[in-house]
Amino acid sequence: MMNLLREPWPWYIAGPLIGLMVPLLLLIGGKPFGISSNLRHLCAATVPSGIPFFEYDWKREGGWNLLFALGIAIGGLVAVSVLLPDGYTVAISSATQQDLRALGIHDLSGLVPQEIMGWQALTSRRGWLTLGAGGLLVGFGSRWAGGCTSGHAISGLATFQVPSLIAVFGFFAGGLLMTHVVMPLMF
Amino acid sequence: MTSRNALRADAPGLVPPVIRQAADITAGGQLLYVSVGVLLGIVFVKSEVLSWYRIQEMFRFQSAHMYLVIASALAVATLSVQVLRWRGLCAIDGEAIAIQPKEMTPRGARYWLGGTLFGLGWGLLGACPGPIFALIGAGVTSMSVALLSALAGTWLYGALQTRLPH
Repeated sequence: MMNLLREPWPWYIAGPLIGLMVPLLLLIGGKPFGISSNLRHLCAATVPSGIPFFEYDWKREGGWNLLFALGIAIGGLVAVSVLLPDGYTVAISSATQQDLRALGIHDLSGLVPQEIMGWQALTSRRGWLTLGAGGLLVGFGSRWAGGCTSGHAISGLATFQVPSLIAVFGFFAGGLLMTHVVMPLMF
Repeated sequence: MTSRNALRADAPGLVPPVIRQAADITAGGQLLYVSVGVLLGIVFVKSEVLSWYRIQEMFRFQSAHMYLVIASALAVATLSVQVLRWRGLCAIDGEAIAIQPKEMTPRGARYWLGGTLFGLGWGLLGACPGPIFALIGAGVTSMSVALLSALAGTWLYGALQTRLPH
């Protein structure tokens, strides 16, 4: 039990728990598991635009999902404060460590590399591209595709939806292109 | 079927979305959604799937971890949906359980174009929307810049929606 609290969770615990989100949300209120819709709800809630896409009752439509996202953030806080030792390092394979060093990322500690994702990284080109362009593409792409990893790769595929299969192929094609072609040029 | 599709909040197409009239959520219900989110946030951290390093490892095919997490999540989700359908269960608030289908568009343009753009962002940022929220909570406060960018991207989509192929 102590091990589960201090050590990282293996895939056969994490995966099924993520999968259980789908029936849990369906049972609680008939809601579909999908997180990127929250970006739309937040836009609708904050930016007065006159754009039809954001003209709807976001509280009624997305209130539950925003609460769910708030929970995710609280879960992150709980996990880091109680369930993660100080000076935590993600145990990635040595091949990946080697590749990342070759890419010019030397500090491989923490949950994310501070060199490209910390506040101080924003002064570097690769830093603001990662947080700025990366975020922009995630927001734009998920809304265009009508879902993200949770909505398409989990909820969509679990209900055998062809559009979701196409979207997931796109997710991986884009990720591979970024990792193997764009990042070596950009970093 | 048509009425079900007409009720979709995220329906593709160029008309303003027709909003699903969901029942108002009770305080207990609100707490449930937050709690389920807390569980997911903890899983995101403890399984390291919110880590940029893990996403890089996945796209470099250097570990099976992410693939096994996704595959087992998908297996459990698929099985549970089958069970829910088979039992004909209702949600605890009485709302019928219905999984609204993603609509196929003529050439599926929105799915492969939008999907590829999302993938480019996922590969670079190493986080999809769920992990963005979890990382901010986990104290990686610089991810709020990514959240703001993602909101800008979402807004941009809304502004350009009528001009994009779907």
